[in-house]
Amino acid sequence: MSFLLECPNCGRRPVDEFSYGGEVTVRPRSSEDERALFGYLYFKENVAGAQREWWFHSSGCREWFQAERDTRSNEVLQTAPPGGLA
Amino acid sequence: MTRLAERRGELIDRTTPVTFGWRGEQVTGLAGDTIASALFDAGVRVFSRSFKYHRPRGLLCCAGQCPNCLVQVDGEPAVRACMTPAEPGMQVDPINAWPSLETDVLHAVGRATPSFGMQVGFYYKTFIRPRWAWKYYEKFLRSAAGLGKLDPAHRRTERFEKVHRHVDVLVIGGGESGLEAAIAAARDGRETALVDEGLALGGRLAFCGIAAAGRAADLVAQAEEAGVEILSPAWAGGVYEGKLVPVYQGNTMYRFRAGEIVVATGVVEQPLVFGRNDLPGVMLGSAARRLVNQFRIVPGERAVVVTADDLGIDAACDLAEAGMEVAAVADLRERDEDERLAMCGIEHLTGFAPVEARGRSEVTGLVVARGSERQTIQADTVVMSGGTVAQWGLLVQAGGSVRYDRSRRVYVPDRVPDGVRVAGEAVGTERAVPAQAEAAGGKQFVCYCEDVTTKDVHLSVSEGFASLELSKRYTTVTMGPCQGRMCHRNSGLLMARELGVDPDEERVGVTTARPPHNPTSFSLLAARGYEPEKRTAIHHWHAESGAKMLWAGDWKRPYDYGGAEDETAAVHESLGLIDVSTLGKMIVRGPEAAAFLERIYPNRYGDMKLARVRYGIVCGDDGSILDDGTVARLSETEYYVTTTSSGAGGMEQWFTWWNAVWGMDCQIVNVTSAIAAVNLAGPNARTALGKLTDFDLSNEAFPYLGAGHATIAGVPCLILRIGFVGELGYEIHYPTGAGEHLWGELMGAGEEYGVKPFGLEPQRVLRLEKMHVIIGQDTNAESQPLEAAMPWIVKLDKENDWIGRYSIEWYQRRGDRFALVGFEGQNGSVPKEGAQIIGAGGMPVGRVTSSRFSRRLGKSIGIAWLPAASSEEGTPITISDPSGATIPASVRRSAFYDPEGALLRS
Repeated sequence: MSFLLECPNCGRRPVDEFSYGGEVTVRPRSSEDERALFGYLYFKENVAGAQREWWFHSSGCREWFQAERDTRSNEVLQTAPPGGLA
Repeated sequence: MTRLAERRGELIDRTTPVTFGWRGEQVTGLAGDTIASALFDAGVRVFSRSFKYHRPRGLLCCAGQCPNCLVQVDGEPAVRACMTPAEPGMQVDPINAWPSLETDVLHAVGRATPSFGMQVGFYYKTFIRPRWAWKYYEKFLRSAAGLGKLDPAHRRTERFEKVHRHVDVLVIGGGESGLEAAIAAARDGRETALVDEGLALGGRLAFCGIAAAGRAADLVAQAEEAGVEILSPAWAGGVYEGKLVPVYQGNTMYRFRAGEIVVATGVVEQPLVFGRNDLPGVMLGSAARRLVNQFRIVPGERAVVVTADDLGIDAACDLAEAGMEVAAVADLRERDEDERLAMCGIEHLTGFAPVEARGRSEVTGLVVARGSERQTIQADTVVMSGGTVAQWGLLVQAGGSVRYDRSRRVYVPDRVPDGVRVAGEAVGTERAVPAQAEAAGGKQFVCYCEDVTTKDVHLSVSEGFASLELSKRYTTVTMGPCQGRMCHRNSGLLMARELGVDPDEERVGVTTARPPHNPTSFSLLAARGYEPEKRTAIHHWHAESGAKMLWAGDWKRPYDYGGAEDETAAVHESLGLIDVSTLGKMIVRGPEAAAFLERIYPNRYGDMKLARVRYGIVCGDDGSILDDGTVARLSETEYYVTTTSSGAGGMEQWFTWWNAVWGMDCQIVNVTSAIAAVNLAGPNARTALGKLTDFDLSNEAFPYLGAGHATIAGVPCLILRIGFVGELGYEIHYPTGAGEHLWGELMGAGEEYGVKPFGLEPQRVLRLEKMHVIIGQDTNAESQPLEAAMPWIVKLDKENDWIGRYSIEWYQRRGDRFALVGFEGQNGSVPKEGAQIIGAGGMPVGRVTSSRFSRRLGKSIGIAWLPAASSEEGTPITISDPSGATIPASVRRSAFYDPEGALLRS
């Protein structure tokens, strides 16, 4: 992995400056639905295609942002501050 | 031997002799010589023994492509002699030969017993029976194989570095086209770097005579003037995602990011396949020309050239000009006789193909044939030129592809990705290569690296490995040091002939080009990273005071100061001081700071009074314990949070991540390195600290779990009254700049009480006596607070949602399966951390996570995981120690020392 990622604050940087934060998910709001809870905790979508995910610029501004990336080609389709993806 | 007259383009400096060792003897060459050229000049013809058959091998390519001149230099194996400058005092030894280059036992065995012919699959087929014998076979086979010996005691003293570089254009290959491309790009105002692996820039121009050398020098001068940054000799290791190109030069790995890559890697001259085509004295036309033009060495007395294109004719002319007798040029092409050859008086045998070389350990002649007409030509040098193959490996790694051009019988670039260009002969030459008739006699080598012959390819096809990718895995053709440069074309053509198909059929095709593109030393790959050790502000005091420093995560921390037991005793009996600056420290500030912490922690923080501190753990959403620390409330809107030493970075990420999700009105600032921290602990802590501050330290004014701002010895501090080590203690946080100053003042104030600095080991004993858990040692990624003896810290009745809440609710409904408990050893022996606790039938049911002998309590104590059902106070357990001993113990559910916490509150 050596693709470039556009930090909304710092610009294009090599991916090894960043920490991956996983897929953008939605937390369940209770423990009643076990299936929903365990799905959220342990089952990732792991799509082959465009995926929305969290990134932390650990060797830069140390801010979180979101990216949309094609998991097949590592092409980064867009990046934005949290919640700002088109 | 004498060198030819001085001439433009030569690399040698005739005024400076260079003497180095070869097999223990002294060899003298000239400055500018490679190891190979100096040895060749000194009369060395056999440079190595081949990989499998241990056949003698001599110089073949002189360009770092083939495996023939790999040697061991000063203990470093697999050094390419033809690419490595000879340096005074270096010790060079051959590899893969025993007992010597001249007399190799394995070669003799192979000759004497033809059945020992080690054809493809020989090892798999032969050494599988009898099975029990493999362990004996293996020893022998391992010592017979390989490309040199690693000396386990050898220690490198050089430093290897990584450097990050960004350029607009990176040109790979410094031949004519590469130089022209770089000049054009640089003149266009683009920052341009050029990488070339040769000993001299110019590619083929560098070894093709005076005019070519002049042209090369002119291009280099133009490139320098245009501002091209030239790295030479240097190797491009591959092309990775995002146009990342590692370039290796000397002891440095440059990680180049280029806006545009120009692949100008040119071509590699190919060997021809004929009997005994590996005898020393058989070399490529370009190799002969390098010896003549760059090192001014005549390869022999009488040469015969066999060629498939004009490069062989060029070589013949160069050799004749150098004064060598050229007996004939056998040309695979049917064509008119060449005028240049006629002028030099060299016989041109057109339409002739090579059949086999003559000779035992060195070549003595070549048999060529045209149909049934055969000729044997006596010669001590056979120069072969089997056409050229474009070097498209880097293009393919960059995402491009190649296709077979039937008319030219070569692979040419097909798809070239954005941001990549191909220049020069790497595009594919115009020169067609005629088909080679089937040769005969002796072993015909397709692959020099792995000793693969035409017979092996035939055998692999007949055994069903009927495609190049499959055959490659069976015969290992293209898998040796040359990575296919010298064998891919010939093995593909041979495969096609065996299968009766065209070379562009999919099952012949090309093998996958992968990095590394060039042989790369592990030292470069393991070059220095960017992970420096972290030191606290008091580091030098520790070092000067005899502290035994050890790694704790990224930090260096004192293990002890030479007497762990005395240090432990000092804390219990009087006073100790420990540097805890490594703790993670964050400030959470803002109108919603309290609400934020209520969502992060299972514990309550919104109801905290000002100037108080409270313990807390942080859980993941799966309920697992991530970290622990303390939270002090400094004002309505400001909290001071500490984390574990190793968790500092992770907790900052964790906090800021959730705030990125929630977008609450608070800021999180990591102040770990801005703030130093020490813990002054022991019965005399209050009186000693009182000497340095006006702050009211009385138990009434500043009770246990108080947090207060104070000026101590002139330094503004935050004091937290907490007790990780079990005695009255003050954790003092203050600006890093005052690190050693305040430490020194505290040591001075404690002098009359016999204060001792204490390290990590005494702290581990002290906290264990209190049964205080260390996250990551006593817990792991599966530990959740209900089972880890911390249900009191989980406030399931909090009205708000918090991270981990739903999982912990689920765990509570399920009930505990395991329990983290203390234990006391019954016979005084201390089990190893990690020892198993065994249940009925000797089955493991739990494990020890911490254990020490407490001198204070006079017994062996520890923490362990047990099944919840058998974790009641006093339950007898049996520990199976790795030493073999069985240690009886009993469960303790409360702190071993001061279980009521009276000392902490005193």
